[in-house]
Amino acid sequence: MQQAVTMTPGAVPKPARRSSNLGDTLFSAACHAAGGFVLLLLGGIIIELFIGGLPAFRAFGLPFIWSTEWDPVQEVFGAGVSIYGTIVTAVLAILLAVPVAFGVAFYLTELAPPWLRRPVGTAVELLAAVPSIIYGMWGFFLIAPIMAQHVQPAVIDSVGELPFIGALFQGPPFGTGIFTAALILAIMILPFIAATMRDVFEQVPPVYKESAYGLGCTTWEVMKGVVLPYTRISVAGGIMLGLGRALGETMAVTFVIGNANRISSSLFGPGNTIASVVALEFGESEMGSLKLSALLALGFILFVLSFAVLALSRWLLRSRLKA
Amino acid sequence: MSATMTPQGTNHGANPGVSGPAKDKAVAAALGRSRKRADIIVRSLSYAATAIGLVFLASILVTLFYKGFGAMNLSVFTEVTRPPGSQGGLLNAIVGSAIQVALATIIGTPIGMLVGTYLAEYARGSSFGNAVRFVSDILLSAPSILIGLFVYQLLVLPFGGFSGWAGVAALSIIIIPIVVRTTEDMLALIPNTLREAVIGLGAPKWKMIVTVCWRAATSGIITGVLLGIARIAGETAPLLFTSLGNNAWSTNLNGPMPSLPITIYSYAGSPFQDWIELAWAGALLITLAVLLLNILARSVLRSRT
Amino acid sequence: MSSTDAPTAPATSFGGMQARSSAAINQASRISVRNLDFFYGANKALKGVNLELPDRQVTGMIGPSGCGKSTLLRVLNRMYSLYPGQRAEGEVLMEGRNMIAPDVDLNELRSKVGMVFQKPTPFPMTIYENIAFGIRLHEKLSKSQMDDRIEWALSRAAIWGEVKDRLQSSAMGLSGGQQQRLCIARTIAVRPEVILFDEPTSALDPISTLKIEELIDELKRDFTICIVTHNMQQAARCADQVAFFYLGELVEVAPAAQLFTAPREKRTQEYITGRFG
Repeated sequence: MQQAVTMTPGAVPKPARRSSNLGDTLFSAACHAAGGFVLLLLGGIIIELFIGGLPAFRAFGLPFIWSTEWDPVQEVFGAGVSIYGTIVTAVLAILLAVPVAFGVAFYLTELAPPWLRRPVGTAVELLAAVPSIIYGMWGFFLIAPIMAQHVQPAVIDSVGELPFIGALFQGPPFGTGIFTAALILAIMILPFIAATMRDVFEQVPPVYKESAYGLGCTTWEVMKGVVLPYTRISVAGGIMLGLGRALGETMAVTFVIGNANRISSSLFGPGNTIASVVALEFGESEMGSLKLSALLALGFILFVLSFAVLALSRWLLRSRLKA
Repeated sequence: MSATMTPQGTNHGANPGVSGPAKDKAVAAALGRSRKRADIIVRSLSYAATAIGLVFLASILVTLFYKGFGAMNLSVFTEVTRPPGSQGGLLNAIVGSAIQVALATIIGTPIGMLVGTYLAEYARGSSFGNAVRFVSDILLSAPSILIGLFVYQLLVLPFGGFSGWAGVAALSIIIIPIVVRTTEDMLALIPNTLREAVIGLGAPKWKMIVTVCWRAATSGIITGVLLGIARIAGETAPLLFTSLGNNAWSTNLNGPMPSLPITIYSYAGSPFQDWIELAWAGALLITLAVLLLNILARSVLRSRT
Repeated sequence: MSSTDAPTAPATSFGGMQARSSAAINQASRISVRNLDFFYGANKALKGVNLELPDRQVTGMIGPSGCGKSTLLRVLNRMYSLYPGQRAEGEVLMEGRNMIAPDVDLNELRSKVGMVFQKPTPFPMTIYENIAFGIRLHEKLSKSQMDDRIEWALSRAAIWGEVKDRLQSSAMGLSGGQQQRLCIARTIAVRPEVILFDEPTSALDPISTLKIEELIDELKRDFTICIVTHNMQQAARCADQVAFFYLGELVEVAPAAQLFTAPREKRTQEYITGRFG
């Protein structure tokens, strides 16, 4: 080495190497800094929401979480109703969306003729890309009137008469309300969950399906016996991801939930969610007011909720992410 | 030993009938019928589910096109928003949206690319890298309304008011994780042999990344950026608390700025018929833009493979 | 003329490989393939194949990659029907019925013609459930009958001793060779008449390979077996009759000893002496 350098003194590569070292150092630093920035963003969101909500947390203490009062005049605020609405609409949306999404994914991976798979799959994916405000408008102008005039009166007259579960389907047919909000949410997350399930199902190696067929399974038995057991964790992760979306969705819900701060025993009754309260009441709260702080505190609670669900979903999907 | 375990007492060693013929054919046939019935039922449900999904999609698009085209005319593109009753348009909202989305893309894309590059090229297996990947994935699905609240706390409150810049900041935060994900995924597809070949020529790592890896991943990254633009173009909730909206013409990023989603939101909820019609026109515009961007993104990705 | 080479390729050129000579081919055939053509879309992969699978004998299928041997295997249990665009023409007769006719009950056919794949395919469930899965499709058994059947299947697949104490643990935890024997047990638990092996040992180590080969030899007492292999020694060790495929044609079928020592066809001769493939 020594000799080689002394033999070619004119072409010593050292300066060039130093500049490339500098380039490497700078580039690596930029990449690391960008990574750190992402961490700071999430930390910043948590801290800012908490600081913003602190006056409300101080004023009302822990009961803020379950108190159902929301009185801007008396300046008494509680998160109970909106937390209830958030969870009920999101869970109901999942219950409505998952079976249909599974049907779509089953169709797309096992039943559809090949020439239809791409167009139908693309249509489903495009449906997932439509902005949520469009779902909100569509729900408000098209679905809510249909619910009010046709669906809800019929259900109230039939199911509403039954003991126990009838209580869930009573009251005047407003069209808007918890159930309509859940329905719109379900339609919104349906393509999303269906696309995730389809991707997961497609990752099952064909030879596993063939060996089930080789035993004499029907298509449904292959799905139930092999594909679902194979993918159940990822499927659960995909559903959690959909739940995370439903929890924090603002625009699709705000249009159709009816926006009333009460917990109604009927699913057809109006209600609100954290996101809808924040979106609607924000314009009417002054900077520095206790109400604004209560809204930020709601935001913090929503963040904790969706963080938990999203973290769980990511943990469930970890094997798929690695692949 | 195995002879005694042979089902139905047949001696498999001596009796070749242990295969097919020993089966109870009546049971197998009955089972076969009920199994086939279950198969047909589930298949039918699956067809029905797909039909329901497609009917909803069609319903949304048909409603949108019907109402949107009905309300569409030239003044939508040439006039700014006006009070109800006077012929107004959406020009200021369209321009405001375009400015905020463009700036957010310009700011968010390089940051997202650097993070994605960090994850793919530097962070393999490190715990800091895993933390960044985890947080980025959380941000990807975090409720956008919270990002609006965050930027409100960070930029609107301290600097004394709603501004276009705050809207840009919120939208950048939303686009970053989208770009991160596609950048990392696309870089991960590049075979290590290619990297080794470049390093083997004596190139420094950063040059390898910038000149070879990024180039090889270009179409994928462009796809990610296009999808990101499609996503932030329709975002409404985060703008409520940041750029707020503005009924007048404004390109001043230091003050409240109009945007298409906010205008749609406030017009759709108004009692005025002409405003509601404008909201449908705006909704159609946004949806067309979003769908076009998605289709474009797909074709970019497909042209490569 | 290379056909003159034929006598100069003595049996010793197989390097210690001992082809079966004792096996007399059983004349009763379980499956008869008649004038079978197969298409992947427009591409013709099998051309006029005629082959008899003798009852309770092992038929080995050899030939270079893409020669159609695996394709023929996938015709025998209609696996190709899963994939649109693939179709077969001709006859595959079993019990007097043409199994490639469109009205055949595929589930029933596949319960009669089982298949073992190149790579082990344990299902993501317990060892017990892996075996019970196939049985439940076709039979209603009591718990004790089911336990007996599972023990029987695992014993026949020569894996009972290794797994009897952990039937309730996941099948994914077994070694590759054990997984493959589990898959064989799963196939025979359904009690098929024919078992198709598609290169069953290509993903296994030599010791596991040997076990599977011994197993195949044992299983032919009860089952008609058809095995596709890349490995000519394996075909010579396991098979009673061997079929050589080349470019979609069945070039030659003969008792193993005859095919490997005195092939009639020049192409067979060239292949088994390593001239191509």
